[in-house]
Amino acid sequence: MSFVSRFLTSRWGPIVTGAAVGVLAPLLVKLGNPGNMGVCVVCFNRDIAGALGLHRAGLVQYIRPEIIGLVLGALVAALVFREFKPRTGSAPFVRFMLGMFSVFGALVFLGCPWRAYLRFAGGDWNAVFGIVGLVAGIGVGVLCLRFGFSLGRSNPAPRALGWLMPAAMVVLLVLLILAPQFGRDADGNAVGPIFFSSKGPGSQHAPLLIALAVGLFIGFLAQRSRFCTVGAVRDAIILRSTHLLYGVLTLIVVAFITNLILGQFKPGFANQPVAHTDALWNFGGMVLAGLAFTLAGGCPGRQLFLSGEGDGDAAMFVSGMIIGAGFAHTYTMASSPSGVAAFGPITVVIGLVFCIVIGLTMRGVKA
Amino acid sequence: MSDIQQLDCRGLSCPQPALMAREAVGEKDKGTIEILVDSGTARENVSRVAQSAGWQVNIEEQPGGVFKLVLKK
Repeated sequence: MSFVSRFLTSRWGPIVTGAAVGVLAPLLVKLGNPGNMGVCVVCFNRDIAGALGLHRAGLVQYIRPEIIGLVLGALVAALVFREFKPRTGSAPFVRFMLGMFSVFGALVFLGCPWRAYLRFAGGDWNAVFGIVGLVAGIGVGVLCLRFGFSLGRSNPAPRALGWLMPAAMVVLLVLLILAPQFGRDADGNAVGPIFFSSKGPGSQHAPLLIALAVGLFIGFLAQRSRFCTVGAVRDAIILRSTHLLYGVLTLIVVAFITNLILGQFKPGFANQPVAHTDALWNFGGMVLAGLAFTLAGGCPGRQLFLSGEGDGDAAMFVSGMIIGAGFAHTYTMASSPSGVAAFGPITVVIGLVFCIVIGLTMRGVKA
Repeated sequence: MSDIQQLDCRGLSCPQPALMAREAVGEKDKGTIEILVDSGTARENVSRVAQSAGWQVNIEEQPGGVFKLVLKK
């Protein structure tokens, strides 16, 4: 195991992780996931929010096993490599809010950074505006870091706290398998507590065990290699370090090749799967998401992996994403393939104001 | 006499430990800097920053999952 450990923490770690995602994500699409959505942390948390009844957008409700696998895979790696460290106390509520606003922004674009790269690698040129927005948002976050932004220190916590998010994922897995129903209302609609889409993206999914296995595998690799789709850009700007950036570039190139082989590369702007063509708000949504992720210390995938390592603050961010996705689809903020929703743009503006105020006012950790 | 600079980066999110380390190695031509971190990620990031600036890094593991990185140049 020490060879695996050394390899994954070397410069090859992020590259191997990016290559694994680049192969496996398009394969998941081939096996049933929605187009260019082999892995999308935000979309999948949104589907989970819908499955739990936190929103009633009937097309996007499913408990995505990939998310469960990503957290539990990171947990396994953290246990194997003695990095499971329960901790919390670094501005948990701020992180919850950043999780919510990151999702508001990402759902205006329709994808997290992982999916932005995967959409680009599938020929969806709308993703270019999203990626440019993401880089701009990370740039604003970097400026805040340069001005001394900090969410403060976390402290060691009781072991039980570290196990909470992994345990929640096991509960989700049980709910996915059992899909309990309390019955139907007078109109014949299911009343939950678990909702699964019968049509639309929520109904499109790879077989459960394969999706779970892919999540576990990527989660294991990514915990050890520190793979982060936001840190990649952030570190290139602020530290002039390309360590993580090579991982993202590998992801894009390998996903592009895999899509070509599978016949899934369809270049163009119009009629892309689960995407819209509003360039301004594809850009704007991801500025907000990129800023929120940077202030929280990492991309949504990284937040999942950290929560699997026992990081209670990352678990708050993940909770914020799931609750935020519920709000986004309940209050007409999330876009759809037909375009931006009524309250999407104003939500992005409010989110940017929130993040910039947080970014400029939270500081003060001395060495 | 003690001109050893000490930094406590325990509990800080990415990329703060690496940023603090970069600032510290940027201010000194030579000497010793001791940096405390409490995650593998921070340990690796700080080591990379220091080594790329030409500093030697020695890592001492301490109780409670804390690492003391001793940077020398």
